[in-house]
Amino acid sequence: MKELRLMKGNEAIAEAAIRAGADAYFGYPITPQSEILEYLAEQNTEEAGGMIVLQAESEVAAINMVYGAASAGRRVMTSSSSPGISLMTEGISYLAGAELPCLIVNVARGGPGLGTIQPSQADYFQSTKGGGHGDYRLLTLAPYSVQEMADFVALGFDLAFKYRNPVLILSDGVIGQMMEKVELPPALPRRQTGEPWATTGKTPDRERNIITSLNLDALKHERHNLRLQEKYRQMEAEDTRYTTNLCHDAEYLMVAYGASARIGGKAVEMAREKGVKAGLFRPVTLFPFPSKALYDAAKNVKGILSVEMSAGQMIEDVRLATECSVPVRHFGRYGGVVHAPGEILEALLQLAADSGQPTACRKGTPLPADQAQ
Amino acid sequence: MEVQEIINEKNLVYQPSKLLTGAAFNFCPGCGHGTVVRLVMEVVEEMDIQSDVIGISPVGCSVLLYDFYNIDVIQAAHGRATAVATGLKRVLPDKFVFTYQGDGDLAAIGTGETIHACNRGENITVIYVNNGTYGMTGGQMAPTTIPGMKTSTSPRGRDVATMGHPLRITDIVASLDGACYVTRQAVHTPAAVRKTKRALRTAFENQKLKRGTSFVEVVCSCHSGWKMTPLQSNRWMEENMFPYYPLGDLKVMNGQT
Repeated sequence: MKELRLMKGNEAIAEAAIRAGADAYFGYPITPQSEILEYLAEQNTEEAGGMIVLQAESEVAAINMVYGAASAGRRVMTSSSSPGISLMTEGISYLAGAELPCLIVNVARGGPGLGTIQPSQADYFQSTKGGGHGDYRLLTLAPYSVQEMADFVALGFDLAFKYRNPVLILSDGVIGQMMEKVELPPALPRRQTGEPWATTGKTPDRERNIITSLNLDALKHERHNLRLQEKYRQMEAEDTRYTTNLCHDAEYLMVAYGASARIGGKAVEMAREKGVKAGLFRPVTLFPFPSKALYDAAKNVKGILSVEMSAGQMIEDVRLATECSVPVRHFGRYGGVVHAPGEILEALLQLAADSGQPTACRKGTPLPADQAQ
Repeated sequence: MEVQEIINEKNLVYQPSKLLTGAAFNFCPGCGHGTVVRLVMEVVEEMDIQSDVIGISPVGCSVLLYDFYNIDVIQAAHGRATAVATGLKRVLPDKFVFTYQGDGDLAAIGTGETIHACNRGENITVIYVNNGTYGMTGGQMAPTTIPGMKTSTSPRGRDVATMGHPLRITDIVASLDGACYVTRQAVHTPAAVRKTKRALRTAFENQKLKRGTSFVEVVCSCHSGWKMTPLQSNRWMEENMFPYYPLGDLKVMNGQT
């Protein structure tokens, strides 16, 4: 029987983690995602089902606790928001280097610096281009509903273990804080099987296990890096995800993820009502970016509008994917401001009106001063 | 007497722990690390817990611990060993988890993680080798460098007016309710080695009894970092380090041996 509940996105993540049989959560409070830790604490998860929940002294400590528990081959997760994720990036690089699976949730807020507590998508570069030091990638899932917040937890754990790589759920303050109906996933039994690589104590029947990201021999380390790159290519081949809406006959394509896709979807409908054939292409995995699918979807369109709550980050991947075969423009409010469907519609209509004209490859759409809130 | 007559089983008084891989230690000859590293495995072997022990080596001279130990080892980021140990021990509460950290790692970059893990009373063993310098990177000033001590980044000697005072982090740890056993030892004489081994044994026994954090500091020399011979550095350590870092137990809870 379906189990429907009205929940915040953050609460859905927490409940889904319990149901996914997560072994441990380590986190540190930060707005707008503190409900995840609060919800887990309230559920008394350790007594109820054995899930460890611990409030760390910092995000730095939290991600290293994740590193320790992940070394045991357990399903471990953490969550934070933009400034906290910045603090975690050293640890994330170590997790990727040591090939440890884990789930990291970023309910992003406006930056740079302390920025603001309002929603933002300005962590796209940090999420998809590495973030920390070294050639590594995070498989990045971008939910656009409370339902996907719930669904991507178990999926994220599965992908993390499939690749022995950290998986990032890149959400934002809109999706984290809004309440929606959500169909909760069934509770999975806690996994009993041990991972052959895990450091759980060297028993006589096996060789010792070592978790490390260190290779003092450069050639050996290059081989390690080549293997990591091979893994990222496999992600591209097997686990690229995206959705399309009204793209089959679209002349103008909107590319947007997360909250922007949610709002942009409305703008696409409004454009259709005005006779402009618009469609929405939504990357669900930001890394791997659905480049091939977007290239194909863009074959017969006159222009692309890349919509994100940032000054223009994903647009670089959109341009790379379409190989500049189509004019690509950016539209987005940022620094914590969420765009309204009407604003996006205007940008879409302008794109249609300018069709055929060369567009400057510049980022950002300056707004008149009186529109700034 | 011929050599072959001497090397026979009845004359055997010591042999390296079977839990050492046999790989040559990367420590400078005369360094105390080699002694501490082998003592840990001797204790693990004597307690017969090798199937249940996981070591954590962060960054510094301890970084290659996994080359020497035939047990499961996790290499951690600089300063984060006790946070890694926390995560591991929380999901494996019945295993023995120890960290092996230097003073730069534990008392500078990892101060926060050290204090909070000990304050939570994580049921782990923290082994802290204090030689007053960054040995791995070539002898720079550490949080524990004593006043006036010359290093490559305090070439005119540590001036406390501008460089601050040496940090007695073990004294801070002893003040934390989560720490059940806090001791400061050395390995510069056979007697000191025996005492350190006893302290390590206590620190591991405490995990079995789930008593909280056990913290063993070992004051060591770093003759290459200090630019002295091993013998000179041992003497210098006794005359200059021990007054600042007096040896002995700082905290022993009831019932411990």
